[in-house]
Amino acid sequence: MSDYRIKGETGEWEVVIGLEVHAQVTSNAKLFSGAATAFGAEPNTQVSLVDAAMPGMLPVPNRECVRQAVRTGMAIEARINKWSRFDRKNYFYADLPQGYQISQLYHPLVGEGSLHIEADEKAGIAHGKMIGIERIHVEQDAGKLMHDQHPTMSFVDLNRSGVALMEIVSKPDMRSPAEAGAYLRKLRAILRYVGSCDGNMEEGSMRADVNVSVRRPGEPFGTRTETKNVNSVRFVMQAIEYEARRQVELIESGGAVVQETRLFNPDTGTTRTMRSKEDAHDYRYFPDPDLLPLELDDAFLDECRASLPELPDAKRARYEAAGISAYNAGVLTAEVESARWFDALLDAGAEPKAAANWVTSELFGALNRLGKDISDCPVTPAQAAELLGLVADGTISGSIAKQVFEIMLETGDAPAKIVEEKGLKQTSDTGAIEKVIGEVLAANADKVDQYRGGKEALFGFFVGQTMKAMQGKANPQVVNELLKKALG
Amino acid sequence: MTDLTNLTVAQIRDGHRAGDFSAVEVAEAFNANVADAKALNAFIVETPEHAIEAAKAADADRAAGTLKPLSGVPIGMKDLFCTKGVQTTAASHMLEGFVPRYESTVSQKLWDAGAGMLGKLNLDQFAMGSSNETSYFGNVISPWRRKDGGNAALAPGGSSGGSSAAIAARLCPAATGTDTGGSIRQPAAFTGITGIKPTYGRCSRWGIVAFASSLDQAGPMARDVRDCAIMLENMAGFDPKDATSLDLPVPRWEDALSSDLKGKTVGIPKEYRLDGIDPDIDAMWDAGIAMLKDAGADVVEVSLPHTRYALPAYYIIAPAEASSNLARYDGVRYGLRDLPQGAGLQEMYAATRAEGFGAEVKRRIMIGTYVLSAGFYDAYYTQAQKVRTLIARDFEAAFASCDVILAPTAPSAAFGLGEKAADPLAMYLNDVFAVPASLAGLPAMSVPAALNREGLPLGLQIIGKAFDEQGVLNAGLAIEERAGFTARAEKWW
Repeated sequence: MSDYRIKGETGEWEVVIGLEVHAQVTSNAKLFSGAATAFGAEPNTQVSLVDAAMPGMLPVPNRECVRQAVRTGMAIEARINKWSRFDRKNYFYADLPQGYQISQLYHPLVGEGSLHIEADEKAGIAHGKMIGIERIHVEQDAGKLMHDQHPTMSFVDLNRSGVALMEIVSKPDMRSPAEAGAYLRKLRAILRYVGSCDGNMEEGSMRADVNVSVRRPGEPFGTRTETKNVNSVRFVMQAIEYEARRQVELIESGGAVVQETRLFNPDTGTTRTMRSKEDAHDYRYFPDPDLLPLELDDAFLDECRASLPELPDAKRARYEAAGISAYNAGVLTAEVESARWFDALLDAGAEPKAAANWVTSELFGALNRLGKDISDCPVTPAQAAELLGLVADGTISGSIAKQVFEIMLETGDAPAKIVEEKGLKQTSDTGAIEKVIGEVLAANADKVDQYRGGKEALFGFFVGQTMKAMQGKANPQVVNELLKKALG
Repeated sequence: MTDLTNLTVAQIRDGHRAGDFSAVEVAEAFNANVADAKALNAFIVETPEHAIEAAKAADADRAAGTLKPLSGVPIGMKDLFCTKGVQTTAASHMLEGFVPRYESTVSQKLWDAGAGMLGKLNLDQFAMGSSNETSYFGNVISPWRRKDGGNAALAPGGSSGGSSAAIAARLCPAATGTDTGGSIRQPAAFTGITGIKPTYGRCSRWGIVAFASSLDQAGPMARDVRDCAIMLENMAGFDPKDATSLDLPVPRWEDALSSDLKGKTVGIPKEYRLDGIDPDIDAMWDAGIAMLKDAGADVVEVSLPHTRYALPAYYIIAPAEASSNLARYDGVRYGLRDLPQGAGLQEMYAATRAEGFGAEVKRRIMIGTYVLSAGFYDAYYTQAQKVRTLIARDFEAAFASCDVILAPTAPSAAFGLGEKAADPLAMYLNDVFAVPASLAGLPAMSVPAALNREGLPLGLQIIGKAFDEQGVLNAGLAIEERAGFTARAEKWW
């Protein structure tokens, strides 16, 4: 249970949140036409006769879009409906050439499922919190109106008209902005793992309608409002916070929440009325008579299931079982590209725990500094495995490894080659080390006395001096042992 | 030389092949008849040059030995089929001036088969009507007249009234039609010609202006059964661009034509015997039964118990689909736009649709919008879909004991223009015998069988099992051979 509460003048209020996420299906063609779907193309260059709703044009379902939605449903362990149907949602608007949107109201492709969000003590998200998913259905996107092209007219760009969307409808299971944020991040991660949506909220490939209501803890649900088309995790959280406070203030001042559709203003972080329930459209949904029911056979479903990759939760559990800390496992699995890179590193033979520490600190730190994504990392997993191997077998020390990694980032050379050329191999030659230790102790006779007099903290000083004299190439283990003996 | 315009499709095809005449001569003869028949108002657009071009190609193909199935045959194209570069209006003001940049699948198949186009045929607006009186371009006038000596202008039937009138008047040997609730069969019956609506899905709907998607089906109209078979072979076929298209091979219907019905059973649906129906209709039906018996068939009575609910269900389902299908005519992208001074988007929609749609189209859009509305959906649309299922089951049960069903095509002969225009319900009743087969998606045909006492043609309807166009055509052929229907409208135009 989340203990997130809005503190009103008359007491505490609980927030109830449900999200309807529209995720653009990754596909080269639209849901019912062969037109392309690339982002950022010139207006009206990706429009077929079907998308423009020319007389006599007919929709034909794109199997790949259906497949992606089914795989997404499987990834949230939802019921896949082998029989589903497309319905028409009728309304007039200039961005909707057909005068109806083909969607699925009565018989969606995917039924109930659930999604596990990451625990976050600071944000008040308990361990094992599950968010129920009501359904996923497939539908067409609309076009885009452009109001800034002409002084008295609006222009229409139909490039998006007919693009396939999955509408992923959660149950009203979230109780704080943080939980909603965690849900969105997790959903986005799963979509990206599955490859069914690129999750790019800036380009509009993923956006959310946010349903918010407030109630006294333990009481029945209050009246909800729906804030449309919010396009970032941060904005969703802001919209919830604003909307919950607005509703509490409204109720506490004697008013009542009206069921309505609202718009979010990202500049002010506020919401405002778009249309009230009285103005709501009667969409006159009915089965699309141009399309037959969608029937999926077992072979198709088996293929969908077989094509699913290892998903974040399973991957995380596997990492933890290999000795990786829960924190690192969470970081490594949050983004599919990082997880894939890390898996390649493990496949190349790296020891999991050391590899996880190195990736989350050294590698991510370097990428951060360079302003690069893991997808354009200058070092390959195989090279990194080689580097970690050199540390593990004692060829170089951890601090030398850092130097080698810097050179790798610059030159792209193999670590063994760098170690060889720069003479960075660490030595375990006891004779050489003993000689240096002798010199260090001789040069610091006063400190030796202090040490022997009980100031044991000076041991680190002798290690440092020895390593420095040997340019970091001495095996620290051997240095420790020999120093202890010499200081006896 | 014989008048080439009296030849059937088969006769033109075979005569052209044999070198009896050139395709250009045929096209010129029909072009002349078209040009001479303005009084019938059968065409919205005439395309004599298209017919001549196709004819020249046909003559060249004959010389080269590369004849196609319809080489040398000019036809009429119902103006519901989108034709590339030729205005396509659905007989509405809304689409006046609309010139598609694409060709419907069915018309493309016909051109690929060597046919030429004489013009775009008039119809009821958006195919909504049974008399052709809803066309924005004026009603078609039937070439037929009552023999009472009066000159009352008669309806050619609808919605494919331009097609039926043009064939009956020898303006074209064959034409395309579409049938949503009788729009091929009823006009065929009214004008003494033959027409078949195949099984739903046989002909692609791609490029046909939609009326009611789950019912719309293209089919041929011609002078006889053989011509219908020839035309249908060149119109049907799987089309990946239509999700409801049947993925089945196209049978060689013409080759398998046979009027020998030995071993076949014909069902007579008792619910189609309506009280107070025109005795001429009943007499024709009885004569038809005798003809099929004569052809060797057994005759049994069958029951289609939900027949009386078919018409109400049809007038819910078809308008519901139409109300949504016609939403695209909004003045934004093509066709009519009425933008009053200072109007916004909503006002533009309202003005455009008020101006662009005729009264019958508006009536059906309003009915359809109403039956789909929240609170009424279950009472109307859901209920109508249940009725539709029951009607399909009626036919399945009936076909357990028979191969084809014989019934009248329409409850009356052609009526006078204006006689029913003021009473939509009386008009809708015209389709009482045609609508059940449409709801069930079954193949059904009308064949001319008799003249009534006014000298007007009457049609018999044969309804078959799904995919069994052959059974329908064969029974139609048996009637055609025995009815000896040779009457034709005397030229007055």
